[in-house]
Amino acid sequence: MATLHTVNKSPFEKSSLDSCLAYVKDGGSVLMYEDAIYGAIKGTAYAEKVAAKGNVNFFVLGADLKARGVSEDKVIDGIEIVDYAKFVALAAENDNVQAWV
Amino acid sequence: MKFAIQVNEGPYQHQAADSAYQFTKAALEAGHEIMRIFFYHDGVNNGTNLTTPPQDDRNIVNRWSELGKQYDLDMVVCVAAAQRRGIVDEGEMQRNGKDAQNIADGFRISGLGQLIEAGIQSERLVVFGD
Repeated sequence: MATLHTVNKSPFEKSSLDSCLAYVKDGGSVLMYEDAIYGAIKGTAYAEKVAAKGNVNFFVLGADLKARGVSEDKVIDGIEIVDYAKFVALAAENDNVQAWV
Repeated sequence: MKFAIQVNEGPYQHQAADSAYQFTKAALEAGHEIMRIFFYHDGVNNGTNLTTPPQDDRNIVNRWSELGKQYDLDMVVCVAAAQRRGIVDEGEMQRNGKDAQNIADGFRISGLGQLIEAGIQSERLVVFGD
């Protein structure tokens, strides 16, 4: 049972990414979108927490990076940049979608 | 695949109304079914036809109505959340003695059972909002 976890708030504003990272299982997926894209940037306190979850698939929504002026080269290595079509595909591929709002 | 969408946040608040719209549109364009969109909490404000954003801004309410018409979507506004926030259709206007109604095209007001049913009947329930 693979779950897609969606996070839409900055980890510097809310603890939803922390909660998500505590619950996500190996083989699960985490999509960061809206203000949560700040959790996908290199060099922050969250970069290590994300890197520590080696068996989790991380994704970030490209449109929300662009809307905030964050270039793709600032995204942590290993996090896949996706569009809305891929967001839909991830929701379909996984057995469940859990929103951490 | 059969999706249901839940929107918990009003338009022009943060970004959830936009994200939910973009997700819904992408899902429909990929050939998936959206069996219901349920607007809950402040999300009911997506369904008022009284909004008039500047002409160079996106019109979130009209955009839902247009998508709803194009794909014959079932867009449901939670009745209890709507009553608190002044979202009124013909029936609610008469029942509550109001002198106006403002439900936008393509939306209907109904109960929380519609969300439960959407959760059961759809294969994925995707939630947007605070």
